[in-house]
Amino acid sequence: MRLALSILTDAVAYGMVLFIISIGLSIMMGLMRVVNLAHGAFAMIGGYLASYAIRDLHVHYSVAILLAVVGTILVSIPFELLLYRRIYRKSDPLIQVLMTIGITFLIIGVVNFIFGPSLKTIPLPPLLSGPLDIGFRSVPTHRLFVIACGLVTALSLWWLIEKTEFGIKLRASVDHSGMADALGIRTEIIYAATFALAIGLGAFGGVVGAEILPIEPFYALRYMVTFLVVVSVGGAGSIMGALSASMLLGLADTTGKYLAPEFGEFFFYLAVICIVFLFPHGLFGRSHA
Amino acid sequence: MIRRTNSILAVALLGLMTDTASADVIKVGVIGTMSGPYALFGANYKMGIDAYIAEHGNKVGNHTVEFIYKDEEGPNPAKSKALAQELIVKDKVQYLAGIYFTPNAMAVAPLLEESKTPLVVLNAATSSIVEKSPYIVRTSFTMWQNTVPAANIAFKNGSKKVAIAVSDYGPGIDAEAAFKKTFETDGGAVVEAIRIPLNTTDFSPIMQRIKSSGADTIFTFLPSGPPTLGFIKAYVDNGLKADGVKLMSTGDVVTEIDLPGIGDSALGMLSTYHYAVSHDSPENKAFLASIVKNGGKVEDVAMTGVAAYDGARVIFKMIEATNGQRDPEKAVAAVKGMKWVSPRGPVSIDPDTRHIRQNVYLRTVTKVDGKLINKESDTVFLDQPDWALSKK
Repeated sequence: MRLALSILTDAVAYGMVLFIISIGLSIMMGLMRVVNLAHGAFAMIGGYLASYAIRDLHVHYSVAILLAVVGTILVSIPFELLLYRRIYRKSDPLIQVLMTIGITFLIIGVVNFIFGPSLKTIPLPPLLSGPLDIGFRSVPTHRLFVIACGLVTALSLWWLIEKTEFGIKLRASVDHSGMADALGIRTEIIYAATFALAIGLGAFGGVVGAEILPIEPFYALRYMVTFLVVVSVGGAGSIMGALSASMLLGLADTTGKYLAPEFGEFFFYLAVICIVFLFPHGLFGRSHA
Repeated sequence: MIRRTNSILAVALLGLMTDTASADVIKVGVIGTMSGPYALFGANYKMGIDAYIAEHGNKVGNHTVEFIYKDEEGPNPAKSKALAQELIVKDKVQYLAGIYFTPNAMAVAPLLEESKTPLVVLNAATSSIVEKSPYIVRTSFTMWQNTVPAANIAFKNGSKKVAIAVSDYGPGIDAEAAFKKTFETDGGAVVEAIRIPLNTTDFSPIMQRIKSSGADTIFTFLPSGPPTLGFIKAYVDNGLKADGVKLMSTGDVVTEIDLPGIGDSALGMLSTYHYAVSHDSPENKAFLASIVKNGGKVEDVAMTGVAAYDGARVIFKMIEATNGQRDPEKAVAAVKGMKWVSPRGPVSIDPDTRHIRQNVYLRTVTKVDGKLINKESDTVFLDQPDWALSKK
């Protein structure tokens, strides 16, 4: 029982990190139909900015998160204007994949050049560091913070997309962009804002998840597959899908690590195969004909 | 066709030999991780070799020694083999040096005898590498060499039940075997042995497993870089440090390059290793001064720097002994039993194993003037051989 609870705690924390980073990618793939392989690269930029802000500018952790999110969005603007704008919703996936993998390598090279090849840490404020006793075991305080961040992200996204005017316009643009245009919705602006949202979420995830997925120049490639897997298992564009996929995969991976660490990522991918076999469009995915 | 290729090969080989015999420039190919996550360790090869040249010049008799650097990038045996072939065939190097990763060294080894090229390994630390070719000499360390003292210390410090957690590849498995054998011979018990997949970043589950095993001490080996940081953080954040579970490792986990990233969580950690940048000796001071004079930074120095510095000495000795001729038997024979005082302390090349014998020091991570260092204690294991290869 104790063991099960212990596994569950770690699984939820790991799952939440996966969720926060992957939800941005899920939005890109589901709503904008862009297979954005560079998503991890933007998350990495966020991590680097936060690390730089805390270690060299000595700002507080919360300010660093904000700087990282805003900074990454600023960095992504030229990419949006010059490149991404051309491939929303229409281009064939091969072009998207080639372009975004190119962007990934470009970002890796530039980051390597500016910040050097070594690992960058994001120091935590005293409030979030160290262990916290939660009765049956002690957990890193930061993990609880990550879980809270994940829940808040999921709730606010749901509220944004389902309950606000922006959400209505976004859904209209996604379902029928021609008609939305005709009704006076500026779809370009909606798309640009959604792009910024997706990138910002990636950067946010990169920063708060840095304890579990540490920031280094090859971050963008190392975790690319993991993020893509979460999206395809959950179903692109679905908040519930990304959340449940992250939790299930986090559980599979953590349980595997507890009980049979020498199997590596075997259980993670076994879970992926089983879920995709049963739900070819992902847990909550819609089939795009 | 086969005959023709053979004769072309023979001509090429002949050309290769006469070329080096008459040439005044002796080329040495250095294969190291010059880019990627391990780039600083590769940069140390160049820093160490340049420091040696700054002190001793680049001439042996009337032969000028030239070093050519190639990038092995990461654990990629095929790439390293191709680089070694290029160096041997195209650049006509007389010696090879470097190699960060064990699998890469294994891939290069078969080329040495057919091309008559000695290899001085400057890092790769799996014991069996030197057995793969009689032309391999190693100036770095092995896992057995550094781990046996760690197990002795652990037992002496009162550890009874140890959990071993190592990375699941060559050196990790060597470290596990070395610790288990030594610690159990001393009279302790190993209650848990976990092999962690190389790409693991979340160590929380592993810490929980160690916790439920009831171990009083953890011994770990992970390749320096991203994993070490996560491992030590998980150890602190999951409350094992607070519960009094001790953490020991070889120096690879707390290299001076990684220490600033690991931060204060590492304070008090014990490790056994052959070289600390803070080692207090005139030779080490001179070594670090040469590096700074060449434009390097003391903060960037790692164990690969000193291995390269000593490696350059070994290669210069080989060139001297053979008077610049390609004669690997003579070259390797000349350095067997060679003794000198390195920045890490007195060392020698073991004539039986061609691996370096050296002191292994017990160090504690300490903060001095706001900087984390590996402070060496008075406990020194003198003249340690590779315990897997030789029993003396």
